[in-house]
Amino acid sequence: MDRPAPLILLIEDEPQMRRFLRTALTANDYRLVEAVTAKEGLAQAAARNPDVILLDLGLPDRDGLAVARELREWSGTPIIVISARGREEDKVKALDLGADDYLTKPFGVDELLARIRVALRHAAHPAGAAPDPIFEAGELRVDLPGRRVWRAGQEVHLTPTEYKLLAVMVRHAGKVLTHRQLLKEVWGANYVNQAHYVRVYLAQLRQKIEADPARPRLLLTEPGVGYRLKDE
Amino acid sequence: MTARRPDPDALLRRVQEESARARRGQLKVFLGASPGVGKTFTMLEAARAQRAEGLDAVVGVVETHGRAETARLLDGLEVLPRKRLDHRGTVLEEFDLDAALARRPALLLVDELAHTNAPGSRHAKRWQDVDELLATGLNVYTAVNIQHFESLNDVVAQITGVRVRETIPDSILERADEVELVDVSPDVLQQRLREGKVYAPEQAGRAIERFFRKGNLIALRELALRRTAERVDAQMRGYMAEQGIRETWAAGERLLVCVGPSASAARLVRATRRMAARLHAEWMAVHVETPGDQGLSAGEREDLLRALELAEQLGGRPVTLSGQSAADEILDYARAHNVTRIIMGKTRRSRWRELLRGSLLDALVRGTGEIELLALSGEEDEEGPPRTAPATRPSTAPEYAAASAIVVVPTVIGLLVRRSGLVVPPIDAAMLYLLAVVVAATRFRRGPALAASLVGIASFDYFFVHPFYTFSVSDVRYVLTFGVMLVVALVMGNLTGRIRNQAEAAREREQRTSALYALSRELATARDREAVLAAALRSLRDTFALEAVILLPDDGDAVRATGPAPYPLDERERAVAQWSFDHGQSAGRGTSTLPGSPALYLPLAASGRTVGVLGLPLGDPADFREPARRRLLESLAGQTAVALERLALVERSRESEVEVEAERLRTALLSSLSHDMRTPLASIEGAASTLLQEAEPERADRRELAATIVQESHRMGRLVANLLDMIRVEAGTLQAQKEWQLLPDAIGVALLRTEEQLRDHPVTTSFPADLPLVPMDEILLEQVFVNLLENAARHTPPGTPIEVGAVNGTREVIAFVADRGPGLPPGEEDTVFRKFYRGGTGGGIGLGLTICRGIVTAHGGRIWAENRAGGGAVFRLSLPITGTPPQLVAEEAAWTALPPSSS
Repeated sequence: MDRPAPLILLIEDEPQMRRFLRTALTANDYRLVEAVTAKEGLAQAAARNPDVILLDLGLPDRDGLAVARELREWSGTPIIVISARGREEDKVKALDLGADDYLTKPFGVDELLARIRVALRHAAHPAGAAPDPIFEAGELRVDLPGRRVWRAGQEVHLTPTEYKLLAVMVRHAGKVLTHRQLLKEVWGANYVNQAHYVRVYLAQLRQKIEADPARPRLLLTEPGVGYRLKDE
Repeated sequence: MTARRPDPDALLRRVQEESARARRGQLKVFLGASPGVGKTFTMLEAARAQRAEGLDAVVGVVETHGRAETARLLDGLEVLPRKRLDHRGTVLEEFDLDAALARRPALLLVDELAHTNAPGSRHAKRWQDVDELLATGLNVYTAVNIQHFESLNDVVAQITGVRVRETIPDSILERADEVELVDVSPDVLQQRLREGKVYAPEQAGRAIERFFRKGNLIALRELALRRTAERVDAQMRGYMAEQGIRETWAAGERLLVCVGPSASAARLVRATRRMAARLHAEWMAVHVETPGDQGLSAGEREDLLRALELAEQLGGRPVTLSGQSAADEILDYARAHNVTRIIMGKTRRSRWRELLRGSLLDALVRGTGEIELLALSGEEDEEGPPRTAPATRPSTAPEYAAASAIVVVPTVIGLLVRRSGLVVPPIDAAMLYLLAVVVAATRFRRGPALAASLVGIASFDYFFVHPFYTFSVSDVRYVLTFGVMLVVALVMGNLTGRIRNQAEAAREREQRTSALYALSRELATARDREAVLAAALRSLRDTFALEAVILLPDDGDAVRATGPAPYPLDERERAVAQWSFDHGQSAGRGTSTLPGSPALYLPLAASGRTVGVLGLPLGDPADFREPARRRLLESLAGQTAVALERLALVERSRESEVEVEAERLRTALLSSLSHDMRTPLASIEGAASTLLQEAEPERADRRELAATIVQESHRMGRLVANLLDMIRVEAGTLQAQKEWQLLPDAIGVALLRTEEQLRDHPVTTSFPADLPLVPMDEILLEQVFVNLLENAARHTPPGTPIEVGAVNGTREVIAFVADRGPGLPPGEEDTVFRKFYRGGTGGGIGLGLTICRGIVTAHGGRIWAENRAGGGAVFRLSLPITGTPPQLVAEEAAWTALPPSSS
């Protein structure tokens, strides 16, 4: 290992959650800094320059969204927000504010580690550039420079919009993308309130690249938030 | 401005009229020029034709007048029994309005529209019955003769020499949906009359013969034809206005008729109404209350009130102004309201009076400027009621005595002076008497002043004019002195009377103003309903010396007295009050609706809504006919209504505040509950999953244990989520954040989340290719499908298939989850949705389906369960497609070649 293990900043007020996360992360060779309050978290983020920040939205001293906004003002460090089910609006807000991903309580350690891996990978290849010109997941294979798509070895023909949508998702593979983010990237800023565009085109895309479009395994719906292209 | 653009106001009015008409029943009028033309016959024939087509046509009331041909047409038609009213020993039969309202036929026949109802009926006139029938949406056929229309009253009287007493407002004909003119030539009608087909021979008296003169019949027929033609003309114009065809007449004519205390006022009003109808103009009848009005006789007052009421009935606006100068007030009002023509009667006052007082006509002519002025002949009506003495209180005998006694003073002074030996020159004595007469005149009115001057003249003559102690006069010049004394008394007496009247009027106005002011001040500070009601009742007591009662609606909009009633408020009286409340119109004594009641009921109307009813026991129905009193009463009622409404609004806003607060608390509690219950679960699951990951492969038992912890905490989490959802459903706070979505999205997520539970079941999905977007809450719907799929997995044997999908309905999408398990116990298809219902083999706590129902209901949809043919159960839910689906600009080209690089 020529690099030290990635440093994770955990901003979480619940001691039990902190204990579980500490055990899980250190056992998986991550270094950890802990903060109990938003104020402390912001100070640690500035002082330690972590590789990933895990931010609980339900902090006692400040609104987690405000913390995310403030962090984004001066830091590009990936932020993964943690929140309860039923708070989808908060998650969308956090993501649109610049958070990179989210975890819904309760979550298992596998899910946690997967999110951190995706975040670290995207941080290493910034500006949405795909790490690899050829993307492969399950039966799907996308050749980004060649603009070609295959499913189970068969070439698939997409419309320009479908392809654009797929390409955006491939560039952010593994990461959740809100409806707003997708609309902005694919259709332009004027369309950000027309979520049905994403829904309809995504359904079309599933028909072409999913083995069973009714039970998607690649283009996953994150209810109330957006979509995620599964990459592992 | 484009010439062809329809006037938006006119269009709006038309739309409003049309929607009002849609709710109202249809009215068809069979119009005749005179009795005997066959209106009833034609109406019955039309009803029979409708009946033959299967329409429920019922006869409410029909007068056959003993005509056999007409009576025959009644065969086979249902005739409502008449109501029997006992009036002072005689039993009167009358059309039964309530029976008709209860029977609700598709078409009701009501003959003789101008009929006056028997005393004790709800309305004074039958046309009011018809109006109420129409208002409730009943369709009515009715028949009426042209002579009964109010605005034609004079014309008909001129033609026939007979004044028709039973009149109906012209608006009935104007608002009718259809008018059928039943026309017969005068010759045929006279023939019929001779044959005894119109009246039974014994009835055909002289008066009838006079009425049915050929000249009369021709004139009446012309009137009827012209009226019908005018209606067609009005429809044509309505059409033109609607289509944006420019009107050809000067727009916005507005007429003003000056109404005074004269028998010819009613005539002027009718003439104005006819003129206004021709011009399609708005019109108003204006009376100016001047100080001189105090001296009006009861008859004059009656004329005035009748004219104003008539104006209102005929569709004009009655206006009462008050001021010193009638001309100035009228001109100010006319200018402020853009009046184009002023109509007044020619006065028949003497020239002298006009020279002294000035004429209204002259003043108006000088001041009207661009406003046209029309002076119609103010012929006296032959039927004017006899004039009675002035309404001012006559002076009493003690006043006469006192006035005369004052004059004794100069006599005594004069005689005392004479006794002392001095000579009293007659001129000085005359001055003393004049002084006494002036004093008497300033103290009393004209009568006593006159008496005082007569006594003074007599005393002067007797004591101080040679020869003394006789009434003879030696010098003729004293006659002039007597004359002067008399004139002074008269002039002073008149002046005093006028000043008194003015003072009285001012005092009355002052009283009104202060009564209103006092009430408004009290109402403004009233904090609750009781205080408002008490203030209103106190004000009525102080101002009118009336004990009133206020009735307010309960939750079911039935009015109830709020305090002890000063008169027996029985069920019948309450019904009158209820009618007034429901219709927002005054009823009871002194009105034409249910005038048999001992009390007058005024609706308390506030901002378009009636908040209650004021019940006033009236001794004399005329008590509140006088405009000033009436206005004051209405102002008091209006203020009370506004105060009551204000309280209601305050209460409502307080209630909603409480509701908002409760809602806020509930939400806070829920979110803290969900946080406090989930956080430990998250720690448990997280910790267990860490253990699971780290456990050494050879320690299988440890792995097992860790896996169990993860699974069970998962389940616990779902239970907690269900409980919280249940609380939301119960509290009614479950709100669907609807967005246009695709159902397969939510179902796909649910399938993924229940993958573990569905491991042992083959799942098939089916969706139509053209499944539309549906407004729904993705997260809630996902929860519904998770619950349904879990249920299916839990209650069916492993290996049995599960089908899930959706089909298109009409403006809805129906989703389903079907299994091939044991099915539902018969008869329990609905019970399964009950709270804590647990079917067969355990697992859940019996909330899943209840939550599903709550969520689907929040979407305006329906969820239901059925057993399937061939075994198993199916749960279906419908999601309505409400609103306009969003537009999607489709992509034109499919994939053609590689598009140019863009990123």
